[in-house]
Amino acid sequence: MASHGEAPLLTARGLTKFYGDAAVLQDLSFEIRSGEILGLLGPNGAGKTTTLHILLGLLKPTSGEVSFLGLSPLRDRVKIAEKLNFSSAYGSMPANLTVGENLDIMARLYRVSDAPARIRSVLELFEMEPLRHRLAGALSAGEKTKLNLAKSLLNDPLLLILDEPTASLDPDMADKVRQLLVRVQREKKIGIIYTSHNMHEVETLCSRVIFIHRGRRIAEGTPAEVLTQCSARTLEQAFIKMVRSGDLVAREEGS
Amino acid sequence: MSGSLVRISAMLRRYLYLHRRSLPRTLELVFWPVMELFVWGYLTVYFKSLAPGLAGQLAFAFLNGMIFWDILYRNQQAVTISVMEEIWHHNLLNILISPLRLWEWLAATFVYGFLKSAVITGVLTGLAFLVYHFDLAGGLGLSLIPLVFNLLLFAWILGIATAALLLWWGYSAEALIWGIPFLVQPLSAVFYPLTVMPVWVQAVSRCLPSTYVFEGMRLVLAGQPLPAEFFWASLGLNGLFLLAAGAFFYWMYAKALESGRLVRTGME
Repeated sequence: MASHGEAPLLTARGLTKFYGDAAVLQDLSFEIRSGEILGLLGPNGAGKTTTLHILLGLLKPTSGEVSFLGLSPLRDRVKIAEKLNFSSAYGSMPANLTVGENLDIMARLYRVSDAPARIRSVLELFEMEPLRHRLAGALSAGEKTKLNLAKSLLNDPLLLILDEPTASLDPDMADKVRQLLVRVQREKKIGIIYTSHNMHEVETLCSRVIFIHRGRRIAEGTPAEVLTQCSARTLEQAFIKMVRSGDLVAREEGS
Repeated sequence: MSGSLVRISAMLRRYLYLHRRSLPRTLELVFWPVMELFVWGYLTVYFKSLAPGLAGQLAFAFLNGMIFWDILYRNQQAVTISVMEEIWHHNLLNILISPLRLWEWLAATFVYGFLKSAVITGVLTGLAFLVYHFDLAGGLGLSLIPLVFNLLLFAWILGIATAALLLWWGYSAEALIWGIPFLVQPLSAVFYPLTVMPVWVQAVSRCLPSTYVFEGMRLVLAGQPLPAEFFWASLGLNGLFLLAAGAFFYWMYAKALESGRLVRTGME
């Protein structure tokens, strides 16, 4: 669990993004501390991925700012890049390189010390050592996701940003990945920002969740607190209630 | 090794891995230039048989023009195809969130292009000597160094400008990879002297660094020294174009960051 006395790893303040007249993110603020897993939840198009891209410095917000250890992702991209990493179920790595070659290149870009040992270690973590010499393009969807996850742990990040990391994994591997993430988070005290549509996963994994709908935060708290706020038994129920009503926005803003 | 060198060599390694992995890709490196050499080579043999002397000189200039053009074209492509490679393989976001600086990425593509050109030029020069008894490198002597230096610079500049368009337009700008060099080819006096073009076109051509390279090459092949002003004019223009292309690349990157095109390109 995060210690709330320590300074946040990352602070997002008033993040707003407009594409023309369309607001995809409005005044979103949150913090994440070391050892915390923060779930960003919301329906498709809610603004979750936009938020992640802003945190990664891949998208400039219309207004608002992000501070990661006092640094800005836009101004200090390289310094920040060394300390965080990202994995998405929808990203991939060069299909015409092998698993080992892909990790080798990334380890060099991140200047990982003792890269061969680190590569071996992440491959073993994800049970991918036997696939080391296989072309990334020949991997199954689940194996590609594992390769992305392995890449994201190469540099021992302080903050890991994961966009639906288990979306293409079978239940067994998804469970293993969840356990692994919890283990890494506990051992290394890293922060994890996590998006998922699997509410059960979020409930078991995340120490805190933020619901976003139409670019706005409509609820925030521990999974238990959100359930109470929504008078729901499960996060899935809460999700459906929030998305279908939207009146929580008004309720929260009024409170 | 400094951080930048490590990252540049990592990206270079990434592009070289592709050749180890793919024989067609490696063969393609030399296939088109060699085929062109044979076509131009036999054409020049034919010309020489019709009118020895002047035709022979012209033919020699043609072959050198072809090789120089290939250096420009391949180096521009090395930059743009390397950027496109990351888009094709949905790896752009992985690259852009890594500690790799944009200039380090471009530098890696420059080195990659230089290595590719060195291989191609070596093969072409060797074949031209073996098949047609043309000593291409010997014909230019030490002038080869300043000429190729300016040519490489201009190729990389074209590559940077094209890469900037790729960051903005992604897949839809793919045709530019192949098309952009041909915008400058007619103006660069690659196979014919500047003087054959209309005066107003000559004025435009003189604004291109490549024109001085091809003009200089022909002078040297005709037995004259490379005029120093040709070298300096080309270098000066390259400096200006490099500043403009660099600024354009960073400006397009900033615009793509703001508009969301960068992530859309990365996730296409």
